[in-house]
Amino acid sequence: MYNFEGFTLDWYRELFQDTRLLIIVLNTLVIALLSALISTIIGVLGALSIYQVKKRRAKNTILSLNNVLIVSPDVIIGASFLILFTMAGIKLGFYSVLLSHIAFSIPIVVLMVLPKLMEMSPTLIDAARDLGASRWNVLTKVILPFITPGIFAGFFMALTYSLDDFAVTFFVTGNGFSTLSVEIYSLARRGISLNINALSTLLFLFTILLVVIYYFITQRNKAQVGGIRK
Amino acid sequence: MENKLTRNLYMVPYALWIALFVIAPIILVLYYSFFDIEGNFSLINYQNFFTPVYLKMTLSSFWYAFLITLFSLLVAYPTAYLLTKTKHKQLWLLLIIVPSWINLLLKAYAFLGIFGTYGVTNNFLEAIGIGTQQILFTDFSFIFVSVYIFIPFMILPIFNALNELNPTLIDAANDLGASRWTTFRRVIFPLTLDGVKAGCQVVFIPALSLFMLTRLIAGNRVITLGTAIEQHFLVTQDWGMGSTIAVFLIIIMFLFMTITGTRKRGI
Repeated sequence: MYNFEGFTLDWYRELFQDTRLLIIVLNTLVIALLSALISTIIGVLGALSIYQVKKRRAKNTILSLNNVLIVSPDVIIGASFLILFTMAGIKLGFYSVLLSHIAFSIPIVVLMVLPKLMEMSPTLIDAARDLGASRWNVLTKVILPFITPGIFAGFFMALTYSLDDFAVTFFVTGNGFSTLSVEIYSLARRGISLNINALSTLLFLFTILLVVIYYFITQRNKAQVGGIRK
Repeated sequence: MENKLTRNLYMVPYALWIALFVIAPIILVLYYSFFDIEGNFSLINYQNFFTPVYLKMTLSSFWYAFLITLFSLLVAYPTAYLLTKTKHKQLWLLLIIVPSWINLLLKAYAFLGIFGTYGVTNNFLEAIGIGTQQILFTDFSFIFVSVYIFIPFMILPIFNALNELNPTLIDAANDLGASRWTTFRRVIFPLTLDGVKAGCQVVFIPALSLFMLTRLIAGNRVITLGTAIEQHFLVTQDWGMGSTIAVFLIIIMFLFMTITGTRKRGI
């Protein structure tokens, strides 16, 4: 690292020959995609539920409960989930990490979808009902198409949250299973090694790609740039 | 009747999530804080928390979080102000936010390289004749890296507040003969105070609970509340004490949010 001699792709080659690291990368991606998918589904259902609640107080209570996981520090989320999984008898590993990623992504999806639902005119639903649409039709033909931009934004946020997370994963990961952030942490504690730099470059490019996709989605929907991450 | 039941079936997953992953964890943390390391019910953890060791740790944790918030604010406010004056402000804003999308670990790792004994900074110091310094594992490096990480979160709410500011107010202040400094102190700053508060919220609480940076960048010299919780849960396995600190962290969080309370969450 410190004695620059020339350019080389050796570290990338070493990186791609390190099967253990590749499995970890794969784990990370699987966790991210699965958790984003599931949390998007539950989050959309949640947003629809909150939309149905008419009482102002009840709505505010649910919204504050929704935001608990966004405002609380990662360390507390991690520690409390660790207690929860131990009490519930869930073995620490793939499933505990997946469950916790789903859990902390849901509120973000809700926050992305709910504004879209709110700005939808209720007359649209009335019109659809008047024209004889069933509840299911109203949902699939009217509501879902209208909130699709919010759903996509939520999905991408959940994806980046999951890819980014270190603290919560660190608590619930147990032995045998590891994601990239945790692996980088344990490698970095031992010092600098250059295949990590190669890996970082790839991750960086991947993140930029996600950001660009997200940017175009929000641009296309003429929303303002609102995607700040915690 | 059954129709109504199936109608509301879609609410179940979300309600389950609230019960299992929002309410249950908080209760469990509270519950565990009443058990000592052997698993007996006691208040020993709360007694321990008020011994000088833990109080000192809490204070130093506050001090570091305060410094980090202060420096972030000092950098972020002028930056946000200049941003509102630029031509392509949304593009600049996006460029400033991009680093916050990159994995925290990678940023910390990058600074290990930059601040290391043979890193770029030391090469530079060597070249201008100051000589190699120990930069990594000092208070300076810890605060520097934390501020670097938190700046985007501070800039965004301040930028939004400044952007919403009605420019005619500034014109009015100028017309009435206020100097630039008076305009800032009497008009601009008070009107953007909400943004500043929101920014402080999103920086101060996470700064209290940092634990990865304290290990990697500060080399265990700095112990924040977050580090203590991590230590108790994963190293000494004293979950009771860890939960007690977590309970206090939650209380501090609520107090801080009520004090800065604009009910505008920082996201």
